[in-house]
Amino acid sequence: MTKHSTTTPWEYADLPALVRRMTGDEKHHSASSSTLDVLWVLYDRVLDVSPDRVDAEGRDRFLLSKGHGPMAYYAVLAAKGFLDPDQLSDWATFGSPLGYHPDRMLIPGVEIGSGSLGHGLPLAVGTALGLRARGIDSRVVVLTGDAELDEGSNHEAIAVAGRLGLDRLTTVVVDNASASHGWPGGIEGRFTVEGWHGATVDGRDHDALYTALTTRPAGRPSVVVARVEPFDAPDHAHQDPATTTEERAR
Amino acid sequence: MSTRPAPAAENGERPAKTMRDVFVETVTARLGEDDRLAVVLADISADSFAPAAARWPDRVLNVGIREQAMIGVAGGLALTGLRPVVHSYTPFLVERPFEQLKISIGHQGVGAVLVSIGGSFDASAAGRTHQAPGDVALLDTLPGWRVHVPGHPDEVPALLRDAFDSEDPVYVRLSGPTNSRPMPVGAGVHPVRSGPGPDRGVVLAVGPVLDQTVEGVGDLDVTVLYTPTVRPFDAAGLAEAVGRARHADVLLVEPYLAGTSAHRVASALEAVPHRLRSLGVSRDAELRAYGTPEEHMTAHGLDATSIGRAAREFFRS
Repeated sequence: MTKHSTTTPWEYADLPALVRRMTGDEKHHSASSSTLDVLWVLYDRVLDVSPDRVDAEGRDRFLLSKGHGPMAYYAVLAAKGFLDPDQLSDWATFGSPLGYHPDRMLIPGVEIGSGSLGHGLPLAVGTALGLRARGIDSRVVVLTGDAELDEGSNHEAIAVAGRLGLDRLTTVVVDNASASHGWPGGIEGRFTVEGWHGATVDGRDHDALYTALTTRPAGRPSVVVARVEPFDAPDHAHQDPATTTEERAR
Repeated sequence: MSTRPAPAAENGERPAKTMRDVFVETVTARLGEDDRLAVVLADISADSFAPAAARWPDRVLNVGIREQAMIGVAGGLALTGLRPVVHSYTPFLVERPFEQLKISIGHQGVGAVLVSIGGSFDASAAGRTHQAPGDVALLDTLPGWRVHVPGHPDEVPALLRDAFDSEDPVYVRLSGPTNSRPMPVGAGVHPVRSGPGPDRGVVLAVGPVLDQTVEGVGDLDVTVLYTPTVRPFDAAGLAEAVGRARHADVLLVEPYLAGTSAHRVASALEAVPHRLRSLGVSRDAELRAYGTPEEHMTAHGLDATSIGRAAREFFRS
């Protein structure tokens, strides 16, 4: 399939500057955002999406389920031409389409509104089933966090997707070890026991992410666990300005 | 599980179809004509849909006993342009996955057709876990939902087809108890009867409580209206009927939580001083009793005798 994309002057190295338009904090450890590298690899190399095809039936679907701390998402969307970078500076104000959690009805190219945890994976399963029923050969990628997996709705969806063999579906779990009770035995196993293909990679290694995200055995959904630094490590003490203790865990 | 047998049964013919039978038939027929329609189940009624699932396996989906996934999957189907019909027992369709209805359907800006069975207490012997008299009141907290409460199996197909053709979120509340005869199901309130002169007031009966309402008010000179559609609420139709009565007095009889539509009546009549009495399932205490649906109707004052007594107390001469 031809990969559609839009050429912009922005590169990966520009993302911290785009994030700073939202934080207004020159010292902010922008690049520490746990999702930044996964999002970049997806939008730069994996997904068949572009700003001029946001309603095209054959586009790939990316669902950001972990809607907390969306600055990296907004920065990548701006870098790829879905948003005007000038929209970033007044985010979360009354008239801005950009909130602390994204709203698909306000931002063209955003596939779901998220924020309440545990909705993206069931929506992704339904999206994959809908595309299958309509004979549209697009893939569906949903991004969750390791703490988000606490929500039981995910496990309903993991089981259903596995049993139905939804091979157009990929779940990326960004694992910054923030789940309060952890996942003894690992996250990948929670999916593979239900029949998913699994891979666990360094969530900062773009080539490893690319390889994992483009390895899709037929007949099974895939999970990519992208491990990044534990959230409370000293280098990453700074997070989103709006982040509360409770939200940080997510 | 009808409280009253339909005339066909009284005549010794085949028992009338239940609302669920008609629902399965109507959906199955439509699946063959409309490749946009899809069904999502969580085991309830999966047997009834088995022939359809065999024929259209990509569009008749059973997720097992997973109601959060059921609604999330429906939201995802709708995001791809399909029209999902989602079906389960009332508490497992509306109450258990309520935040999914709010976020995975409403907040995503998509619609679905929710079709419940069980009503408020069809499963009276099953106890509180299988009863959901608060379903319509809960959906009333979300914007944009259309709510249909058919009173007879013959009212179901037209309401469903209308829901299939729409993009809106629609809730169709099926129940075991039915009225003896079908009524018109077009938009708005429908006159059932009125006296020769100006009536003392207006009774509005919703869905399957019409028969006992008509029986209960007896020869009281009141206008009786019927509707199987409570959202949108026909404010103009009610106000017009009230305008013809001697007093702006309304007795609202609903088969679910008492007063669920009271705020809509109040809005409809905001231009005139009015009185309202709402009958329905009690909000005050959990009824810890099994027995029959009829016994629950009586316990909540929804039997003909109780409705008649309430009407005679309420309406002025």
